[in-house]
Amino acid sequence: MTGRPQTSPSTRKGRTSPRGAPGGPAAGGLDVDALLADRTTQIIVCCGSGGVGKTTTAAALALRAAEQGRKVCVLTIDPARRLAQAMGLTELDNTPRPVKDVGADGGTLDAMMLDMKRTFDEVVEAHATPEKAQQILANPFYVALSSSFAGTQEYMAMEKLGQLHAEAVDEERRWDLIVVDTPPSRSALDFLDAPDRLASMLDGRFIKLLLAPAKGPARLLSAGFGIVTSALNKVLGAQVLTDMQTFVAAFDTLFGGFRQRAEKTYALLQAHETAFIVVAAPEPAAMREASYFVERLAGEEMPLAGLVVNRVHLNGADGISSADAESAGRKLEQGSATDKMTADLLAIHAERMRVAARESRLKRSFSAAHPGVPTASVAALAGDVHDLDGLREIGELLAGSTPPVA
Amino acid sequence: MALSTQLHVVTGKGGTGKTTVAAALAMSLAVKGKRVLLCEVEGRQGIAQLFDVPPLPYEERKIAVGLGGGEVYALAIDPESALLEYLAMYYRLGRAGKALDRFGIIDFATTIAPGVRDVLLTGKVYEAARRRNGSGFAYDAVIMDAPPTGRITRFLNVNAEVAGLAKVGPIRRQADSIMQMMRSDDTHVHLVTVLEEMPVQETIDGIAELQSERLPVGSVILNLVRPPLLSVGTREALEAGKLTTSKVVQSLAKASLEPAAAPALIAGGEAHLERQRLQDGQREILEGCGQPLVELPALTDGIDLGSLFDLADKLRGLV
Repeated sequence: MTGRPQTSPSTRKGRTSPRGAPGGPAAGGLDVDALLADRTTQIIVCCGSGGVGKTTTAAALALRAAEQGRKVCVLTIDPARRLAQAMGLTELDNTPRPVKDVGADGGTLDAMMLDMKRTFDEVVEAHATPEKAQQILANPFYVALSSSFAGTQEYMAMEKLGQLHAEAVDEERRWDLIVVDTPPSRSALDFLDAPDRLASMLDGRFIKLLLAPAKGPARLLSAGFGIVTSALNKVLGAQVLTDMQTFVAAFDTLFGGFRQRAEKTYALLQAHETAFIVVAAPEPAAMREASYFVERLAGEEMPLAGLVVNRVHLNGADGISSADAESAGRKLEQGSATDKMTADLLAIHAERMRVAARESRLKRSFSAAHPGVPTASVAALAGDVHDLDGLREIGELLAGSTPPVA
Repeated sequence: MALSTQLHVVTGKGGTGKTTVAAALAMSLAVKGKRVLLCEVEGRQGIAQLFDVPPLPYEERKIAVGLGGGEVYALAIDPESALLEYLAMYYRLGRAGKALDRFGIIDFATTIAPGVRDVLLTGKVYEAARRRNGSGFAYDAVIMDAPPTGRITRFLNVNAEVAGLAKVGPIRRQADSIMQMMRSDDTHVHLVTVLEEMPVQETIDGIAELQSERLPVGSVILNLVRPPLLSVGTREALEAGKLTTSKVVQSLAKASLEPAAAPALIAGGEAHLERQRLQDGQREILEGCGQPLVELPALTDGIDLGSLFDLADKLRGLV
């Protein structure tokens, strides 16, 4: 973590506390509308473990912001097919496209889906001479690296965010808010490590070692290097080593640019205009991951706006505890046909109360461990979200402006 | 003594419970007297949390025994340890292995060079599945809590990519052997899903992707299935709108419960029906996928060791 541009601590102060206007949701609540209305919020990053509804949350936030007058671009990684269609993401050309019939008060919504290989290819084409670009694009190592190996998606998501942000702040001011969904990585914050990894790759003696023979001078081949190259030859075979050397040599000129942009993006993520939203579901594993995220973001001095807990079950019928429902249910089982039906309804109610109680225990223990983190809960809907109206509903629930349903 | 080692790869969309299913599968084999290795590859320590034991090291540890004399060993595979072990085991690179570390190559290979991690993780699983113990194999089965459905084909297929890069040499031979195992009859890739639209779609897509790479698909496990809580009579009455607020109010009064709760109770019943309908619809879609289906119920009170045995019992037919 050294040598990385850092924003001064004073600019981040207060960002772990709710920045909503007074009169918003109760203390400890995440005021989504205040966050979206705050024109200094220029980037929102939704992160969380897989299957918690990151993409849906990102899309719902983007849509809500557009309908409140912001010019929004949402970058999704891997949306469900029908949700993608709902947002008009039918053409996969790696550029943001307007979502039709969306926006109010001058607000607009553009959406795009990340195509990691194309993003990588474009970077190569933009930063190398045509012959060199051709050479790189045809190298077997590049083909494997850019299309099929894990980890590339994180690098490319950050690369694309940097590009979109550059476009957002140029003269045209195409967007004033970028909402990013993050890849479902094995370590879900892999994208934060991308710049660091690139940097260590650049500075690595290994790269220098690979470059040495290609650049000629044998003087680098000290005893240590000798052992290493012969070990590599033994393990990889000479042909792989040659391919790798060609690749690294061809890629050498690009490395600097990559690193520079990755560091710029990292600094951007730390800046005041960025807000991280950690997304979770009320399950032990997902809440544990959420804790890890919150701690990791704090450790990296990234500005956290709050936690969104999706698919929360809320108490339906207040005033009847699960124990009361169960004992009454047993009694009514012996009664009339209507009594039996009511007993069925009470059984459903009792189960839901138990689930709700388990979920609030989880949320309470999270707040106890992270008291400064504002939280918004989104009630579980009966069905999946795959159209704009569904996203609007999620947006309403996120903002806490409708009573919980289902 | 094991005559062969079966490899069960358990994948699934995030949040569908693949770690729980992998553990339950291991238990179901242990109950039958089998010696099983349960491994995880994503550094999440999900197995340790599930079995309530301290974080697992890079070492095979016994974490459970079955009544039938079987045993479950657990292993958290991390790429760094796997690489050093691999270098020492296959190349006797004691000193040179350390030199590689000093030059940042271990770091490069496991964190920076994309794909190498997956090669190492699958390589270690291969080693465990092919390990001999006297005249037989060390384990009857190796169960892998694998990466999610969206990445599984790429993950299992990573050695084919390597084979494309390395045309000859020891790496190529190793990559070929791993792919051979992955595509053999001893390997089964099981997909865990919940009965919701997105995970089901991902499961169907996942099956097609696996099949197109000739990777053997096993069963589809429908996890967290909510049982129908309404009798047929109640369901029909709700659907026909015949279970009215006034009727429910009367019943609630008999049981001395708050009558004002009636509309919310009816709404709760209708929401339950709606979820059951969606669940049934998704189940129907999966019935057309051509793979055997196994259902596991949602456990309201979360998972403990006892409930793992219950789930294991339901998975008995799978292996």
